[in-house]
Amino acid sequence: MKLKFTALMLASALVFAGCGSNKEAVEPAKNEQPAAAQEIGQDAPKVENWDEITEQYRQFAVEQADSFVIETEKFVKAVKSGDLEGAKKLYAPTRMYFERIEPIAEALGDFDPNIDARENDVEEKDWRGFHRIEKALWENNTTEGMDGYADTLLQDAKLLRALMETVEVEPSLLVTGAVELLNEVSSSKVTGEEERYSHTDLYDFAANVEGAKKIYELLKVELGKQDAELESEIGTSFKNLEEALASYKSGDGYVSYLDLKQEDTKKLSQLLDALAEPLSQMGTILGA
Amino acid sequence: MSSNGKERDKQREQNQTSSPPGDSVLEKPLSRRDMLRLAGTGGAGLLLGAAGVGGIMGAFNRAATATVETATASKAADTIEFYGEHQAGIVTPAPDFLLFAAFDLTVSSKEEVRKLFQAWTKASAALAKGQLLGDSNDRLNLPPSDTGEAAGLSPSRTTITFGVGATFFDARFGLSAQRPAALVDMPAFGGDELQEQWTGGDIGVQVNADDMQVAFHAIRSLARIARGKAVLRWTQEGFQRTGKADPAGATPRNLMGFKDGTGNPDAKNTAKMNDIVWVQQGDGEPWMAGGTYMVARRIRIRVEVWDRSTLGDQEATFGRHRDSGAPLGGSKEFEAVDLKKNGENGKPLIPVNSHMALARGDGSIEILRRGYSYSSGMDHRTGQLDAGLMFVCFNRDPRKQFIPMQQKLGQSDRLNEYIVHTGSAMFACFPGVQPGGYIGETLF
Repeated sequence: MKLKFTALMLASALVFAGCGSNKEAVEPAKNEQPAAAQEIGQDAPKVENWDEITEQYRQFAVEQADSFVIETEKFVKAVKSGDLEGAKKLYAPTRMYFERIEPIAEALGDFDPNIDARENDVEEKDWRGFHRIEKALWENNTTEGMDGYADTLLQDAKLLRALMETVEVEPSLLVTGAVELLNEVSSSKVTGEEERYSHTDLYDFAANVEGAKKIYELLKVELGKQDAELESEIGTSFKNLEEALASYKSGDGYVSYLDLKQEDTKKLSQLLDALAEPLSQMGTILGA
Repeated sequence: MSSNGKERDKQREQNQTSSPPGDSVLEKPLSRRDMLRLAGTGGAGLLLGAAGVGGIMGAFNRAATATVETATASKAADTIEFYGEHQAGIVTPAPDFLLFAAFDLTVSSKEEVRKLFQAWTKASAALAKGQLLGDSNDRLNLPPSDTGEAAGLSPSRTTITFGVGATFFDARFGLSAQRPAALVDMPAFGGDELQEQWTGGDIGVQVNADDMQVAFHAIRSLARIARGKAVLRWTQEGFQRTGKADPAGATPRNLMGFKDGTGNPDAKNTAKMNDIVWVQQGDGEPWMAGGTYMVARRIRIRVEVWDRSTLGDQEATFGRHRDSGAPLGGSKEFEAVDLKKNGENGKPLIPVNSHMALARGDGSIEILRRGYSYSSGMDHRTGQLDAGLMFVCFNRDPRKQFIPMQQKLGQSDRLNEYIVHTGSAMFACFPGVQPGGYIGETLF
């Protein structure tokens, strides 16, 4: 009971911090525009139903967070019961729920480092989360010594879920979040640096792309009104990347990163850049 | 996880602290340096338009205005016009740096290629003038349309030259019937050790500029515009001594220490250029008239081997004296070359298999060379330097010019002991473009 209370206190503090900085990031944008740019912005039709769109995204994030907690419970149970193979099997699919909503987790506080830090991203004493357990499972082939990390991971997942309830999604978070998801892929997943022990990078890759796609789908109609060509270019680029990614499917998941040749990663990376460039123009929907 | 979150926080802090609301650039007193910077980027025009000429100019004294004018004048001298009868970057003066890039198209229709060429043309004309690209460089909710690293810099005699390779004419775009006969698949030459990573390409783009940052900005911008339409296949940077290091503009030396280009035809000689560089009406495909064929070869120099060969060997390899650049036995760089002249031993002063003797031949075959040295760090397999020559040349018909010349060199050139060709590509360079037109329009 005491723990729950602390978590709630912490949660509300984080929510305030999160919302505050979001708003401030948007306000100066309105005020700082040089005259010429403001005129351009005022010409663009404004999106009327932002509240509806952001609420839909929040619901999506909540659903993902719900599943994330449920799947993390299973993963944690496997780790704590010493079921090495079971834990290995659950590891990558579980992470996908988090990867789809990573920008929101980042906006909410320290969830990204706590849940998703790789070795050396943080100080050794602070290193916890999935990748700490990943190293034990694959590098040391054991679940031993991981009980504490497993418990903390589940707590972090639950806290993230709790915060989702109150998070206010800003339109700018949606727009930048979609690009950030793809940048995540570009900087660590396509290079195989994210899952350095399990080599399950393609799971994260797919989940990040799915997360960005969700945002695109929510903005699609409004974007089409303002720039139909851009909207269709993004749609085609998603399709091209998804098709390429589908060829690396294996069963319910994806092949190991180690099975990819340089041509494969280059192709994926180029398709990703081809998508992310027009996607980064989606901010046009926000006006000036 | 990434540091994105942290960076974004930093950004927010800056947004909050650096510019209080309402403090736009127009209300800030502009320093003379700011004004110069804006004048250099075309930003001044925008600002003046927005705020009214009097408001801004009143803030400047006469001296400052005069400086702006001087800056504008020197800007003109640093500009090589993109539009013209022929593409720039061929017979125009060779700036200090080269950045060569080959692209492969990823689109599937001719119409999409046309759109890309139109967008590239517009950007290239602006890049040649040193202007910022696009019209959304000050909207906080969008990535800036210009990447910004060349803002305020001189146009630096930027030229951008476009051509298309043999693969451009495969089945994808329905253009195979227009492939010029002269755009042959290059035969294998002696001394070739071609690597896939430095070879071929649907499109070749030669960027030259007197500043590497400006050149990089150009190629980066073209690659950005191409995203989703074409991907980079290979790139190579090149350099020569800068104008600053050699204000007199003597013949540049290659990395073997020898003057390179002494025998190059005079690019200012229009009749000569029509004869050896520009494709003429009636030469074949009509769309190529006014264009030319560009050959790009990445030639690695075995630096370590060269460094331990004697001066005598080195000079016999080139057929010229290293110091003066004069033909062997002579004393002046540009004196007439007599390949038949024998030395005291009864043998030709200039060895018959020297680079100059073979390249020159009977003088009937000429090409316009425009090469740059390159340094690509080191070869990690051997620990040796990876340096050499990014050879670029232009010719009217490679079947009659570059190819026979290189076949002869590949077989017997003394230089082959010290070099290896690691990359090769040939591109049909379009004729020049007039404002309102676009590169390749004669083909579409």
